Amino acid sequence: MSPLLETDGESLLTALRSLLADKNLVSETEIAEARAATDAASPGQGARMVAKAWTDPAYRALMLADGRKAAEALGIPMLGAPPLGVLENTADIHNLIVCTLCSCYPRAVLGYPPFWYKSPAHRARAVRDPRGLLAEWGTVLGEGVRVRVVDSTADYRWMVLPLRPAGTDGWDEGRLASMVREGDMIGVTSPTVREPY
Amino acid sequence: MSAFAPGAAVRVRDDWPETRGPCHIRTPHYVRGMEGRVIRRLGVFANPEDLAFARPAAQRALYHVAFDQPSIWREGKVGDEIFVEIFEHWLEPA
Repeated sequence: MSPLLETDGESLLTALRSLLADKNLVSETEIAEARAATDAASPGQGARMVAKAWTDPAYRALMLADGRKAAEALGIPMLGAPPLGVLENTADIHNLIVCTLCSCYPRAVLGYPPFWYKSPAHRARAVRDPRGLLAEWGTVLGEGVRVRVVDSTADYRWMVLPLRPAGTDGWDEGRLASMVREGDMIGVTSPTVREPY
Repeated sequence: MSAFAPGAAVRVRDDWPETRGPCHIRTPHYVRGMEGRVIRRLGVFANPEDLAFARPAAQRALYHVAFDQPSIWREGKVGDEIFVEIFEHWLEPA
């Protein structure tokens, strides 16, 4: 067996990082920043953006115009992330984000994609039978609402700004953010007020 | 200078490079040969078809294009649509 295969992974990683630094390809600082950004990414970040957009019209306008700037305005690291587009659900349009080619996902603001997002069945059905898919998720669309499937096929990443549900008047940003789930921000579900047990 | 303005009717090239050899394509097969409508130009990006093979990759315009969902699949609900990101070299005027 080659020495490479017998060496433990940690030592290999250390050697690789030293080489990258010696050759001025990637610095230790850049690696630390990238790790911090990856660790910080979770659906909670996207939920903060949604809650702010629901309560601050100027922020909502910024979010719809430039998702990256809106994320950075809340301190979410976007270094090296692809451009972020935000599509708004309205009384007439329900957006559903998918990536039929593979698994493109707005990781900078939602973290890692859930396992089902990458499954071939989910991807195929999202474009061919979006209404059947939404029904299985228990997502009920209003009368006359059109479905817009957004297939992330290239350099943009997309997230959904869902409709603020009824029954949340007077809620502050923190409480609003706590009700927004990852599925709401890619459109398989919509935020709902859950009754306490 | 942009080849397609918002609202322009376009057709995706009915081309299948995967039948000719190894390639990396971001144009889904279900829209090839289909007619759509330009929503907007998203910017310019390095051509992934070259980038994937570590070849020099030219900057190409990328568009968000809307397609009528039921006409693609011959099922579904009239009024539903699919937005797809498509590079300019895959589009022609419809």
